[in-house]
Amino acid sequence: MSGHPSTYEPKYGATKWLDQRLPIIRMGADFMTFPSPRNLNYWYTFGGILTLCLVSQIITGIILAMHYVPHTELAFESVQRIRRDVPFGWLLQPMHAVGASMFFFAVYVHMFRGLYYGSYKAPREVLWIIGCLIYLVMMATGFLGYTLPWGQMSFWGATVITGFFGAVPVVGESLQQWLLGGYAVDNATLNRFFALHYLLPFVIAGLVGVHVWALHHVGQNNPIGITPKTKKDTLSFHPYYTVKDAFAVVVFLLIFAFFLFYQPDALGHADNYIEADALKTPPHIVPEWYFLPFYAILRAVPDKLAGILLMLGAIAVLFVLPWLDTSKVRSMRFRPVARGFFWIFLFFCFILGWCGAETPDNMVPFLSVGDKGLNFTWLSRIATFYYFAYFVIILPILGLVEKPKDRPESITKAILGDSSHGAAAPAE
Amino acid sequence: MSDTQVTDAHGEAIDDDKRDFIFIATGAAAAAGAVSLGWPLVAQMGKAADTLAAGSIEIDISKIAEGQQLKMLWRGAPVFVRHRTPKEIAEAENTDISKCPDPQTDSERLVAKPDGTIDPRYLVMVGVCTHFGCIPVGESGDYDGWYCPCHASHYDTSGRIRKGPAPRNMAIPDYTYISDTVIKVG
Ligand code: HEM
Ligand code: FES
Repeated sequence: MSGHPSTYEPKYGATKWLDQRLPIIRMGADFMTFPSPRNLNYWYTFGGILTLCLVSQIITGIILAMHYVPHTELAFESVQRIRRDVPFGWLLQPMHAVGASMFFFAVYVHMFRGLYYGSYKAPREVLWIIGCLIYLVMMATGFLGYTLPWGQMSFWGATVITGFFGAVPVVGESLQQWLLGGYAVDNATLNRFFALHYLLPFVIAGLVGVHVWALHHVGQNNPIGITPKTKKDTLSFHPYYTVKDAFAVVVFLLIFAFFLFYQPDALGHADNYIEADALKTPPHIVPEWYFLPFYAILRAVPDKLAGILLMLGAIAVLFVLPWLDTSKVRSMRFRPVARGFFWIFLFFCFILGWCGAETPDNMVPFLSVGDKGLNFTWLSRIATFYYFAYFVIILPILGLVEKPKDRPESITKAILGDSSHGAAAPAE
Repeated sequence: MSDTQVTDAHGEAIDDDKRDFIFIATGAAAAAGAVSLGWPLVAQMGKAADTLAAGSIEIDISKIAEGQQLKMLWRGAPVFVRHRTPKEIAEAENTDISKCPDPQTDSERLVAKPDGTIDPRYLVMVGVCTHFGCIPVGESGDYDGWYCPCHASHYDTSGRIRKGPAPRNMAIPDYTYISDTVIKVG
């Protein structure tokens, strides 16, 4: 990893010998001393938290795979068996299931952090795009994994999502049946979903490697978005940020543990405790909470293909965001107008999540009286409109017309004012 | 060109045309190999022979009472056989289909018996919503037919889409009357 001159000095004969042949210890040492902006706040600890989540999913996943049976007649029972009969299965299965939710929670915080502090702007466009790719593969992994327990929501969720491919003009039906390996979701589908669910986390791990590589090449952004200028603006990653990350991880794990030990099923859907039945659709199909906003966008339009395109567009727009936002100022701290629009954007993302969980024809509480007023279809239309407007109208125009606040000269000045020569600067 | 001729390690002149030919031939062979190996890798995901062969089912429709619906699993998806009431038949036949998103008359959605007559009482169709594949619920919706709870599609008593996001009418499977009262699906 490039970015800063190496300070590693091998001390022993053996480490010198190894360093000349494979500088792997040097790589680790350079990683630990990587100069990071000295003003990083807790929103910057989520990258570390996400790494932990990925490792945890892979370890618990491999363990589950030792007991799980990917067959339509046995899958549901085998997951129940893991929870009831396998030693510590009661702990490990929810660690994986709750872990998926925690993973998505962390990734959303991480992404909104990037939106707020302008982390997608030059020179971090590629870093941001790799992040978007990771998110995409995570969504695929989460969807495939949710099919495996073979409950009613697993089965019907898989039916609806693979139905998206049926909307492709002309080849749609053949494509869909090719993906399913049959006329409908069945054993062939379950088997391949298991194989792919096992594979994708390792693809994510590879992408994370490239993500961190890009990060270390361009350096970290920070809450004020000013590039570090001198050595005083940065701190060594270890011990300063290893400790900060570790503290954040502990707090995160406390929340994780609460769900794990007290509410292991709160984030899932009760219908998934009914075994899949190809003859009966549950009356109210909803995806996992982390897909709800996209589900709301899908349902906001009454046309099948248009709904899918809009939903895909909602993700695609993130990829081109670096070129949509015309402002050169990174952090929203210095963009009072854009900041307001950002909070409205966040608000509407929650509204979309709410719409995704409700029946479209139902009326919105507080915004309707009887059957007059706003129903959830219309609320999701308004929110969908804002979602796209934020990216393709508001950010492009604001960057040209908004007058940003004065920015400090350097990170150190921003923290310590002009007395930045004092003893307050930590020794390195 | 010839006064600065390029030679190889053995001092022999290098023939550029010959090299180009070898490059192109090698590239072409590699591409053909990649495609012929790639196809099996892709095609294996398709329907296997046993799935394709997953036979047909026979249904004795005389056992279905008026107003009752039979649900059978065929190719992993449900087939509905509904014995319609005279009111449902009348509604299905008296619809102005020019207003339907997927116009089809009721008789176009039925199959004739061996003697050439059509029995409008029995409607046979694949009970899968043409939106994203949920199973619609019978005797409900705005048109007394089927209602899909997933994203609110309304089908009429002929299984035609009338309202909601589904693009097409519910499909009619391949079926024949093998006697007056028994049908064979598939
Ligand atoms: C990116 C990381 C991963 C995510 C987001 C993820 C997500 C999920 C989800 C949401 C479920 C359904 C849990 C439930 O509702 O009960 C699941 C199940 C499962 N996953 Fe993963 N997973 C990941 C990594 C892995 C890995 C690396 C493996 C190992 C090969 C694995 C193996 C399994 C197995 C066997 C099941 C079925 C048992 C069960 O439902 O608990 N997963 N996964
Ligand atoms: S699947 Fe029937 S309306 Fe969407």
